[in-house]
Amino acid sequence: MEEEITMGKILGKWSLWLGVTAFFALPLASWAQLTMQDLKAKLNTEAHVGNLTGHAKDGANAYRRYCVGCHGDLGDGNGENADWMEPPLYPKPRNFQLGIFKCRSTPSGTLPLDSDLFDSIGRGFDRSMMPPWNTLTKQEKVDLVAWVKHFSPRWANEKSGDPIKIGPEPEVTAERIKAGRDVFARVQCWKCHGVVGQANGPSASTLTDDLGRPIAPFNFTEGARPKCGSSDADIYRIFMTGLDGTPMPSYADNIKPDEGWDLVFYLRTLMSQNSKEKEMAKQLNLKPVDPNAPAGQQ
Amino acid sequence: MKQNSAGFSGAAVLSAIVLIACGALILNQNVSAAGEGKITGTVKLDGTAPHMKGIDMSKDPYCSKAHASDPAHLETVVVGSGGGLQNVVLYISDGLTGGALTAVPSDEPVFDQKNCVYTPHVLAMDVSQKFKVVTSDQTTHNIHPNPNPMTGNIPWNQSQPPGAAPVEKSWKAVEMIPVQCNIHPWMHGYFAVVKGPYATTDSSGNYTINNVPPGSYTVTAWQEDYGTQTQKVTVAAGGAGSANFTFKAK
Repeated sequence: MEEEITMGKILGKWSLWLGVTAFFALPLASWAQLTMQDLKAKLNTEAHVGNLTGHAKDGANAYRRYCVGCHGDLGDGNGENADWMEPPLYPKPRNFQLGIFKCRSTPSGTLPLDSDLFDSIGRGFDRSMMPPWNTLTKQEKVDLVAWVKHFSPRWANEKSGDPIKIGPEPEVTAERIKAGRDVFARVQCWKCHGVVGQANGPSASTLTDDLGRPIAPFNFTEGARPKCGSSDADIYRIFMTGLDGTPMPSYADNIKPDEGWDLVFYLRTLMSQNSKEKEMAKQLNLKPVDPNAPAGQQ
Repeated sequence: MKQNSAGFSGAAVLSAIVLIACGALILNQNVSAAGEGKITGTVKLDGTAPHMKGIDMSKDPYCSKAHASDPAHLETVVVGSGGGLQNVVLYISDGLTGGALTAVPSDEPVFDQKNCVYTPHVLAMDVSQKFKVVTSDQTTHNIHPNPNPMTGNIPWNQSQPPGAAPVEKSWKAVEMIPVQCNIHPWMHGYFAVVKGPYATTDSSGNYTINNVPPGSYTVTAWQEDYGTQTQKVTVAAGGAGSANFTFKAK
């Protein structure tokens, strides 16, 4: 008898969860419209990285071996492991059918370059279940890029965006670090990332991704690597292109190229990793920005 | 005699000019579809207007200060005098053909971010019509529309710090696209993308769809919370069709 009550309770709990899951799955389901039949017609999709050409049909086996568990047969991010990933700590696998990607060298709202997807496969995503697939050969990776592309109808109708220009990186100076702090204050990075980069800005707790799932801003202070690469040029690219599908917008219209490098240098001072920028900031006795200061008066 | 012939050819040239001018005038009128009419009406709410929650803007002192004496409320359902429903989008969902369907207005609707609220809450526009997002605020916003990418409308996400230049965009397909600011999560509105002439109701629930050629149409009224209603309307040449809608309060 006692057991039955417990079972009933468990069932009750499950039905609640089922209800909640079904509710949130509805918009997802209505977006994932492609069937196996649709996908078969696109097996001739290609990818080009450097002098390599990838063919979707050649990526099928590697996909089934390494990727399908999370990204699913239809590429909709609903593989059998996806259920166990709980955002924001463990982001859900990408839904390739939507053709929307965080790590691009192209403007917000445009398709990434094939090389962006290629780099993402090799780099993996820090703070997610996606490891760096650096044991795969270049040919395997470029075939996988073609396979990933074949899931989204966007590539049939659109071209990749024009990559944003990244000029040569200037020399770090104390002036540039201070100027970077001004950019950080002016465009208000701290609203989400916090004044010292601890991901605790006033808007941090309410952030959701495009599918309504909780998402956390990048915490600069805990030694993590930025999701789309950790070189200076990678960080520059991240805030210029924005991370599509997430709350991180593009700042390309509002941060000039020179200011972009200043901001990169200032962000380095917030990161826990040692850097010459961090040393210089210490000598400058640089204070965090004041969130209550009127615009333009830091 | 010589004089006469000169006079005659002069008259011929003159009449030819007049004829061409008349022709051009008639042709011109044809191009701009002579006898265009309009569809007018009122959209009302039947029942008690739902309570619109107040918005706590204390996350951003700039926003809360702007509303110190005039607290902001959600704008999911805005009811004006006499039960008129504001922010309802009216458009012709069936019956349009040719130029009336494909013409894209050249004016650019403006979506402002003012005191941390979207103004207007719902911005209607035609497919491919350019629109502008501007900011009047001294705080950073991000404009993040979230369409269904399967329609051909692709999501984007642009920042607008204080003093930033307008963002100019357009949409590829018919869709009611939710738009939000992630930094100020209460900021939520719609880009209502339709095909052909459209209108949005004012604070009394009144609307006028202009530039409607004579014909029989289905008019759709869309409200973000109550969904859609349709009505058949006939517009005579140069005349006005009429369609009033009533949404039932939930």
